[in-house]
Amino acid sequence: MNSIEVLSTGFFSTFQDRGRRGYRKFGVPLSGVMDAYSAGLANMLLNNSEDAPVIEITLQGSTLKFNCSTLISITGADMSPMINGKAVDRNKVIVVKAGDQLSFGKLISGCRSYLAIKGGFECEKILESYSYYPGIADNNILKAGMSIKIREQRHQNEIHASVKIDEDHLASIQIEVQRGPEFKWLSTHQQKTLFENDFKVSAKNNRMGYQVEGPIMKIENGFDMLTAITIPGTVQLTPLGNPIVLMRDCQTTGGYPRILQLTEKGINRLAQKKTNDPIRFQLI
Amino acid sequence: MKKFAVTYKPFGETALLIEWPSKIDEEILFDILSFQKEIESTLFEKIDETFNTYNSLAVFFNPEIISYEKLLESVKQLRKGEQIADPHSGNVWEIPVCYDPFFGIDLEAISKTKKIPIDELTELHLGNTYTVYFTGFLPGFLYLGGLSEKLFIPRKETLRSKILKGAVAIGGYQTGIYPQESPGGWNIIGNCPIPLFDASKNPPTRIHAGDKVKFVSISKEEYDLLKEKINSGDFVLNALSI
Repeated sequence: MNSIEVLSTGFFSTFQDRGRRGYRKFGVPLSGVMDAYSAGLANMLLNNSEDAPVIEITLQGSTLKFNCSTLISITGADMSPMINGKAVDRNKVIVVKAGDQLSFGKLISGCRSYLAIKGGFECEKILESYSYYPGIADNNILKAGMSIKIREQRHQNEIHASVKIDEDHLASIQIEVQRGPEFKWLSTHQQKTLFENDFKVSAKNNRMGYQVEGPIMKIENGFDMLTAITIPGTVQLTPLGNPIVLMRDCQTTGGYPRILQLTEKGINRLAQKKTNDPIRFQLI
Repeated sequence: MKKFAVTYKPFGETALLIEWPSKIDEEILFDILSFQKEIESTLFEKIDETFNTYNSLAVFFNPEIISYEKLLESVKQLRKGEQIADPHSGNVWEIPVCYDPFFGIDLEAISKTKKIPIDELTELHLGNTYTVYFTGFLPGFLYLGGLSEKLFIPRKETLRSKILKGAVAIGGYQTGIYPQESPGGWNIIGNCPIPLFDASKNPPTRIHAGDKVKFVSISKEEYDLLKEKINSGDFVLNALSI
């Protein structure tokens, strides 16, 4: 079977698809690609199914060696992708030949790159999803020396799909939000504060959530709330007064007031922010 | 069965959130579960999934299939009608727990603070039948109601970075079992050898909201034997029915 060899993993690279839907009642997080916009683009370029797993590469790229000729696409963050040391374009179909090496250089913009391959990667499907999640799909993470199988494909003509890219996606600091279920627990002044100030992504950011720093907003007597439903994009306010934006791997329930809810577009954009990046909540 | 007043609000772009009065109450739970059944059996073709907590129910939908407004209208209509779905599963699960100090690392401290002997503490924990309100926090973590007031213990001020898989614990007015190794702030009183979540099985858990749980005390020796049986695939957890 055709395969790819992982020479180095980079910082954190996992297999992801659109998530583990339908298992909330068992306490199973949704998971799935952090930036569904960019990941969707990567599959679309290759005419793959929307549900084909992609590799999500965080902050620093992996080095991969192809053992067959195939087509790939790279979207999302700009990590200076190269084939055999020569720069290649993002957001386009790339032809690779047996023996080619894909590597990445400097992170220019964004936080997460997506690598898709014609036909899709072969990896373990657990509870109807290929998405890596510790304790559920432990094997779906890139490790140095591993060999990734590629699904059989017929060699068709090259695909020249061209896609229009939302230029604001990586550049804009605006994060689209709606009011959360406990938005009204904030004072009028706090509500204004939330939308009129920039927040900064703290070092505590990962696939589960992004803690952001900005004006402190405490809710008086607001913490006798019962454990409630949380979903990706839910913004909780901690007892210390900092917002935490829950992301794709978030727990299914939480005990803090849910002051905002990011839209799908908002989640995709935030997924491309890294430590110290500014953001601004934009109410729609 | 009592029917409570509920409120409706959108939750993100793909969920309708239905909220009941904010308290932990079995009557509320069974009203939620009955309504959940009605929604699932009537609207199954239009919705993705539903999920409840103590006082809320989220109905997840795909806006390409049904709009929020249409879903809200259908759900409100359903609520107006007679609610007949029986929310009681009738399942009672007997869960073995070893309260040996080897596992029950906080029992002594609790005993000192509460001035209740350890034997009495475990008797209190064993004496009640618990109701499963929902699963959350971790895959397979059951939120259980029905803890004796004498056992209410605040969460620990500092989080333990590692709590053993199977740890039986008390946090505030709740008791639960850690289904996997995890950091946590609850007080550990014992350990349950039975795996409560298995991602290789579908469904991965067999205990659901509305079920009842009873704890049964086992010795360290029985615990080890049971563990062996489980590891060799020789153990099946069965529910008693009432």
